[in-house]
Amino acid sequence: MYPLDLTKITISEARTLLDRGEVSSVELAKEYIDRIRNLEKSIDAFVTVTEDQALLDAGQADKRIHDGTQSNLTGIPMQLKDNICYSGIPTTCSSKMLENFVPPFDATVSRTLKNENAILLGKGNLDEFAMGSSTENSALKSTKNPWNIDRVPGGSSGGPAAAVAASECMFSLGSDTGGSIRQPAALCGVVGMKPTYGLVSRFGLVAFASSLDQIGPLTKTVEDSALVLQSIAGHDSRDSTSLDVKIPDYVSNLGTDLKGFRIGVPKEYFIDGIDLEIKKSVLKAIDVLEGLGAEVKDVSLPHTKYALAVYYIIAPSEASANLSRYDGVKYGFSERDVETMWEGLENTRSKGFGPEVKRRIMLGAYALSAGYYDAFYLKAQKVRTLIRQEFEEVFETVDVLAMPTSPTTAFRIGDKMDDPLQMYLNDIFTIPANIAGIPSISIPAGLVEGLPVGLQFMAGALQETNLFRAAYAFEQSTDWHKQTPPL
Amino acid sequence: MSDSMDLSIEDVKQISVLTRISMTEDELNVMRTQMKNILDSVTILNEVDTEDVEPTGHSVNVKSVMRDDKRGDSLTQDEALLNAPQTEGSFVRIKAVLE
Repeated sequence: MYPLDLTKITISEARTLLDRGEVSSVELAKEYIDRIRNLEKSIDAFVTVTEDQALLDAGQADKRIHDGTQSNLTGIPMQLKDNICYSGIPTTCSSKMLENFVPPFDATVSRTLKNENAILLGKGNLDEFAMGSSTENSALKSTKNPWNIDRVPGGSSGGPAAAVAASECMFSLGSDTGGSIRQPAALCGVVGMKPTYGLVSRFGLVAFASSLDQIGPLTKTVEDSALVLQSIAGHDSRDSTSLDVKIPDYVSNLGTDLKGFRIGVPKEYFIDGIDLEIKKSVLKAIDVLEGLGAEVKDVSLPHTKYALAVYYIIAPSEASANLSRYDGVKYGFSERDVETMWEGLENTRSKGFGPEVKRRIMLGAYALSAGYYDAFYLKAQKVRTLIRQEFEEVFETVDVLAMPTSPTTAFRIGDKMDDPLQMYLNDIFTIPANIAGIPSISIPAGLVEGLPVGLQFMAGALQETNLFRAAYAFEQSTDWHKQTPPL
Repeated sequence: MSDSMDLSIEDVKQISVLTRISMTEDELNVMRTQMKNILDSVTILNEVDTEDVEPTGHSVNVKSVMRDDKRGDSLTQDEALLNAPQTEGSFVRIKAVLE
């Protein structure tokens, strides 16, 4: 017999049950579809639910398991953030601009997961075009935090984080440009991982800021995170920035012993303004790691304070170029009731984009314009070099860095919507990893007034194994990952 | 850049023209205030000495990649036209560019 609630198990537990024939993929999918039906009214984590297709795909997965040709994710119910293309299913980016867009092709990650017969339950809500930190910028719906539905789930992968936290799927894929996987994972009490830039193909991920965007998993446990990354990592000739490197076995390298493992604690991530209870939780977590044998030492990354400014030049600049493709001609929203082509173009973009997207496009266009390019864009790229070098130097002396993921726990819906700058500060601890292109993970490390706290690790480029090692050791010696929201 | 950005309403209007996002006077005013606040906050970069520092475009050093000159699958014409707001035969239909 299988456990009573199939929506509470991990991928590795489900794998065992499926392979032993104790539960079928169809049964598993039905349990999740029921749960989505019951919870979506209050959570709103999904933009699209693909229930009929999911049951058909689950039938296929069961055949494969019966034949003994399954792989790690065969029959596992999942969600994808709605900026990842999946052929034949709408990909909206939670924007009016793409509300009716149905991609005729798969993102490489979608293709990989299809080949494994993972079961798509639907697409997850996000801040429009992944621009935001609360999912309130979605033009379609506002996702609620499963721990407290008056609070935001974080963003931009708020739908994926909320869906995993509410057990509406076993895992989800998000995208992280400045913290968009890790910050919502922290606020919803799940594991969120951003791989090294170039490790996972971006082909079929709707582009926001191409030098920063990276796809990664949101899961309930570190082991599940390693399992999903194992599947989606690897070279892809359709992404010219994809790295052609050997992928290590992330799962078999997991272990609980941290003897000789070096952890750096950068003082710049414990500054004034951070919630004191979060600081306390994270320092306590570092004590736990030390207790497991890790050598903990203080380090300094003095250029950290410039990362936010670098990001708010580079990300909008790249966005302004990437989003110039939305012209209402080949696909997407199109204002037809106009006299001229130019009028059509201007009205399409004016009505199709929401306020934050317009703000970033215009900011980026300004930063790239003649006379300002050197002062803004080039300057930011140079400071980016200094930030990257500073990380490279620190990783010569430590294996990972440990710090909080977010300066606050989940805030109230509506609280920060009037002031873009205040909203941007949510990503102050996550942005540096994107600037440097290094991998980073957020895992549950406490509860403050019933709201989850995230512990973040960063490692050197392609050192995912170190990241998982620290995260897994901490997770296994605490039970924060076993806490579930009161639903 | 100085510590406080001089961003006029005409500047913002010009950017809205360049980015093809039409805006009302009220929208332009709000946008000006918000953009100015954000731009003022990034002037912190003036503090950093970047003399002799090379810019980073991509965090990972990837060289220009060429693929093998081999034919592969691509979208069919029908698939490529599937999402077009207006089509005529095997073409996308738009308003006249030259009048």
